Amino acid sequence: MKNDTLIIGGHEFHSRFILGSGKYSLSLIEAAVRDAGAEIITLAVRRANTGEQENILDFIPENVTLLPNTSGARNAGEAVRIARLARELGCGSFVKIEIMRDTKYLLPDNEETIRATEILAKEGFVVMPYMYPDLNAARDLVNAGAASVMPLAAPIGSNRGLATKEFIQILIDEIDLPVIVDAGIGKPSQACEAMEMGAAAIMANTALATAENLPLMASAFGQAIEAGRKAYLAGTGRVLTRGASASDPLTGFLRD
Amino acid sequence: MVKINGESLDAAGRTIAAYLAEAGYDVAKVAVERNGEIVPRAEYEEMTFCDGDTAEIVSFVGGG
Repeated sequence: MKNDTLIIGGHEFHSRFILGSGKYSLSLIEAAVRDAGAEIITLAVRRANTGEQENILDFIPENVTLLPNTSGARNAGEAVRIARLARELGCGSFVKIEIMRDTKYLLPDNEETIRATEILAKEGFVVMPYMYPDLNAARDLVNAGAASVMPLAAPIGSNRGLATKEFIQILIDEIDLPVIVDAGIGKPSQACEAMEMGAAAIMANTALATAENLPLMASAFGQAIEAGRKAYLAGTGRVLTRGASASDPLTGFLRD
Repeated sequence: MVKINGESLDAAGRTIAAYLAEAGYDVAKVAVERNGEIVPRAEYEEMTFCDGDTAEIVSFVGGG
């Protein structure tokens, strides 16, 4: 397991848990990162306030890779602007592209996401696009220069789990980049299941932010993701469609 | 007038560095876009806001 590294855009990671930092108090970030064993944390870019005392960067441990997202972008052009601003903020060249036109279900716009990926990959960004799990779109993202694909499990913030399971499995089977399941994962058991399927990593935010004890839930997710990864590497056992198969020796006992 | 973060402000003629300091931004923690283009940090001292400019001043916040 020590050599089981996750490589995104040439960078090596040992943790397969990407932590979101939204919807909770900044003071909890450090504990969440530590207890989740996370090496990547997402951030958003927003209009700055004057005279601001607290800055999120002060709460994130130094060895953690920052993954700014382009949330708020409604098209490729806006996502590109947000990504460039994020890079100018001076925390590396990773970017998670998030483009939404729909405000009710917050579904990503795959077509605009492909366009933004192409532009930003050419500018040297490590592009991690959030997407609706569609194989054709995922192939276009690969060709556009994405460093991973991030299909949604269920609508953002819903905690409803692997609603798109079948289609995520297709991406895992067909796409050669890390497939990182993002959005909708609500419980560690769901994260574990996605990892058993062969997902490269899990991204979660709301599941932790809405838990009663955030650092404890972060730790539970960290362990579930690790367990799922081990199960995937071990190769899960076969499923019988009918009947049973004894797991004890079939020699006679207590009878003639 | 200069439209900064959606608000029309009387900042024309001031350098970006001067405006950021006056308004109370933490210069190390913001990025500036002027008329749709990133302003590199090294240009804050020389670049001046002009009447009719649009600017965005952003920083990182928590997000998923």
